[in-house]
Amino acid sequence: MTDLNQLPNDNVLSVKALSVRLPKGMERSHAVQEISLELKRGEILCIVGESGSGKSVTASTVMGLLPDAMVVERGQIHFGGRDLLQLPEKERRALRGRAIAMVFQDPLSALNPLMTVGDQIEEVLINHKIGDPASRRAKVLSLLGEVGLPDPALMAKQYPFRLSGGQRQRVMIAIALALDPDVLIADEPTTALDVTVQAQILELIKDLQRKKGASVMFITHDFGVVADIADRVIVMEKGRVVEEGTAREVLGNPAHPYTQKLIAAVPRLRETAAEDKAEAAPILQVKNLQKTYRSKSGLWGQERVVKAVDDISFTLRRGETLGVVGESGSGKSSMGKVLMKLIEADAGAILLDGQDIRPMTEAQFRPLRPKMQMIFQDPFASLNPRLSIGTSMTVGPIAHGMDRAQAQTTAIALLERVGLGRAAFDRYPHEFSGGQRQRIGIARALMFEPEIIIADEAVSALDVSIQAQVLQLLAEIQAERHLAMIFITHDLRVASQICDQVLVMNKGRVVELGPPMQIFRNPQEAYSRQLVEAIPGKSF
Amino acid sequence: MIRFLLGRLWQSAILLLLVSLIGFMVLHLAPGGPMSRFALTPGMTKETLDRIAEEMGLNRPLIVQYFDWLWSLIQGDWGQSFRDKRDVLAVIGSHLYATLLLMGGSTVISMLLGGWIGVRSAMRQGGSFDYAMTIFCFVALSIPTFWFGLVAIFIFSLWLGWLPAGNMITVGDGSLGDILIHLILPTIVLALVNVAIWARYMRAATLEVLGQDFIRTAKAKGLSPRRIMNKHILGNALVPMITLTGMQLPTLLGGALVTETVFTWPGMGRLFLDSLGYNDYPVVMGLLMFSAILVVVCNLLADVIVALVDPRIRLE
Repeated sequence: MTDLNQLPNDNVLSVKALSVRLPKGMERSHAVQEISLELKRGEILCIVGESGSGKSVTASTVMGLLPDAMVVERGQIHFGGRDLLQLPEKERRALRGRAIAMVFQDPLSALNPLMTVGDQIEEVLINHKIGDPASRRAKVLSLLGEVGLPDPALMAKQYPFRLSGGQRQRVMIAIALALDPDVLIADEPTTALDVTVQAQILELIKDLQRKKGASVMFITHDFGVVADIADRVIVMEKGRVVEEGTAREVLGNPAHPYTQKLIAAVPRLRETAAEDKAEAAPILQVKNLQKTYRSKSGLWGQERVVKAVDDISFTLRRGETLGVVGESGSGKSSMGKVLMKLIEADAGAILLDGQDIRPMTEAQFRPLRPKMQMIFQDPFASLNPRLSIGTSMTVGPIAHGMDRAQAQTTAIALLERVGLGRAAFDRYPHEFSGGQRQRIGIARALMFEPEIIIADEAVSALDVSIQAQVLQLLAEIQAERHLAMIFITHDLRVASQICDQVLVMNKGRVVELGPPMQIFRNPQEAYSRQLVEAIPGKSF
Repeated sequence: MIRFLLGRLWQSAILLLLVSLIGFMVLHLAPGGPMSRFALTPGMTKETLDRIAEEMGLNRPLIVQYFDWLWSLIQGDWGQSFRDKRDVLAVIGSHLYATLLLMGGSTVISMLLGGWIGVRSAMRQGGSFDYAMTIFCFVALSIPTFWFGLVAIFIFSLWLGWLPAGNMITVGDGSLGDILIHLILPTIVLALVNVAIWARYMRAATLEVLGQDFIRTAKAKGLSPRRIMNKHILGNALVPMITLTGMQLPTLLGGALVTETVFTWPGMGRLFLDSLGYNDYPVVMGLLMFSAILVVVCNLLADVIVALVDPRIRLE
C-alpha cells in the first residue's frame, strides 16, 4: 500500500469541487455535489458507494462520457497540467482510450457484436494513429496474451458472443490497456461475473496495474472487493464524499457513521456454527431429482442436451434454511423451479410432508401450492406495475378461496409486519424502492401461510445496507413462523450468514452438502474449495 | 446452411402450392369467366361456344384444369394468354422491365432518404427535426397512393407543366433521358409511403443501438463521431433493416398496381388489372405465382444476408 505522506504532489488526476446537475424532477438536484478527490500515481483508488451515490457519474465525468441530460455545473478535473473540463471535445477525444481508459460493468454488452475481438482492439490503435497494419496485428496478439487469453491468434478472430463473460472482460481490459494509459477507470468491472472469475479478473487488474504503473480508479459497491484491491478508499453517499483514507483506515476504523453502517452491513463468512435442527421433522425430501433441457432448432436441427438438475437429493426440515450456492449455469434456479413445479422434473421424487408431488398433475397439486411460495430476484419485474400492492397480494389467495375481507385484513397485517404500513396497500409498485418491493414480495409469499419459502437470489439486486435489512426480516419471520426456507444465491457470504445447511451445485450436480462450518471452513471437495477461495475480502 | 436452404425450399414449395390452389379456385369462383366475352358476340351460337370452350380446355372439371395447369407450370410452361396467345412468361417479361425500374427507383429513394431521416431523427431524438419528420411520416403513411398520385399530376403536370402526366415514353422518343423524366413522378409517389416506413424503422433501430453499451465503449476508445456512426451504429442498425427490405420489396408490387394505373405506366400492375378485366386467367395466375415466388425469394435472401452479416445468427 502506498504511504499517503510520500510525494504529496504526485497526483495524476485531481477532481476539484465538482458538481454535476441532474435533470429536473429527479429525487435530488445534483448527481454529485462539491466532490474533490485525488488519484495518485500508481495507486488503486476505490470509490465505494451504494446505488445512486454518484460514483459512476464521477467516473463518466472524468471520462467525458456524461449523458446529455446531466450537466457539469462547476468544478475542475486536472490531468496532465490541464483542466479537462475546459478542453475542446476534440482534444478530450484524443485523450480518451489513450491517456485515460475505461472498463465497464457488463462485458456482455460492452463489445460490438458484429466485429471480431481483434478488430475491436485494433480499432483503438488505428484511431490514435499508432503503428502500421502489421505492427498493430502483432500488438493485438501480444495484448490478448497479456490479459491471459488462450491462443491469441484464434481469439483475435472470434466474435464476442463466442466468449464467456470473464473472457469478454479480459478483452475489454486489453482494449483499455492497449495504449498504456496513465489512468484506468474501472466501473464495477467484476459485478456481473461469477466469484471465481471475479477473483481472476481482480488479480489481472492488480497485476497489470503493477506492471504498467497505471493509476486505477476502481468503482465498486462491494467492500470485499475493496479489501482485496484498494490502496486508498473514497466513500460516497448521495453525491458527496463522506470519507477518504487508506484502505486499512477506512475498512478497519471507519470514521463516518455512514461508512460504519455500510461496513457493518457487509455480509461476512459466519464464524459460529448454526444450532442443530436435525431433530425437527422433515417437511421436504428430494430424492434423485432430474431435469434435462432439450432444445432443437429446425426440422432436422441437432438436439442440444443440458442436464440442469442431475440426481439431486436432500432433506429440508421445519424451521431450517438450506442454502443452494453455485455459479451461473450451475442449475440452482432450475432446481428451484422444479421444486415449485413451475417446470416438470424428468425423474426423482419430491416428498412434501411425505407426499410425492412430482407425478401430480397441476390440478392435483393446486391445493398444495399455498404450502410452497417463492420470492424472486428482480423486485422490479416480479410485481405487476398496473396492479396496486393490495390487489397483487390478495388476488392469489382469493382465487384459492380466501374470503375477500379476510384477505385484505391479512395483507394489511403482513405489510405492517414487513415494515411498510397499511398505506402501502393502495399504492403501486413504482412508488417503492427495490428494498421495499422485496419486502412486498415477502409479504405476498406469506399470504398463503406457506410452510416452505424458496427465495431465488432474493437479495442479490439490493444494496448491502438494504440487503442486511431484508435478510434480517427474513430471519425474523422464519423464526416466528417456523418456516423452512430454500435460499438460492451466488453469494457465499450471504449463504454463510443465514443457512443451516449449504448445498454447493455445479453443472446440475451436488458437489457438497453440509453445514456452513464445513463448507466455508473446511470444504471437502476441490470445487467448493475453489469457490470459497474466490470470495472477495476474506481477510476483512 | 445447406440444410437450412433445403428446409426452406421444401417449405416454400408447399407454400407456393397452397397459393396456387387458392388463387386458382378463387379466380374460377368469380362470376363471368373467359367465355363471357364470346357469349356477348352477336350471332354466337351454343355450339360455337362449346367448341371454343373445348379448344381452350375450359369444359373439363376445375380440378383437372388445375392439375393440368400445375403440371405444365412445373415443366416450365406457364400457359398462353387468352388474349393474344402469347406465352405468359413472355407477357410478364415484357412488363417486368418497367415495373423493376419503378420499384428499383423507389426502393433506392426510400432506403437512402428514409434511412437518413431515421438516423438523423434518432441522433437528435425529441429535436425539431425529429418532430417534423414524425409528423411527415404519419401524414405520408395516411395519404392514399392514388390521391397523392393525382395531386402530383395536377401540380407538376397540369399546373406547372414540368413533368409528363403518364406513360413511360413520349411517342417517337424513348431515349434514356425521356424514360427518366417519365419515371420521376411515379417513383416519388410509390416511394412516399416507403420513405416513411424506412424512416420509422430506422429511427427505432438506431435508438436501440444508441442505447447499447458498446457505443459507450466506442466513445471511451476516443473514436470520432463519424467512425462511431459508420462502424458501430450503422452496422448494427442496418441488420434489422435487411429483414424489413426482404418483407417490403414484394409489397412494392402491390403499391405499383395503383401507381402504375394512375400514371398509365406499362408495368406488371397494369398488366394484372388489364388481365383481370379481360378474364385472362393464365396471365393472372402467372402474375400471382410470380409475386408469390418474389415474396419467398426476397425473404429467403434477407435471411441469408442477415446470417452472413451477423455472426451470432446461424442458419440451421
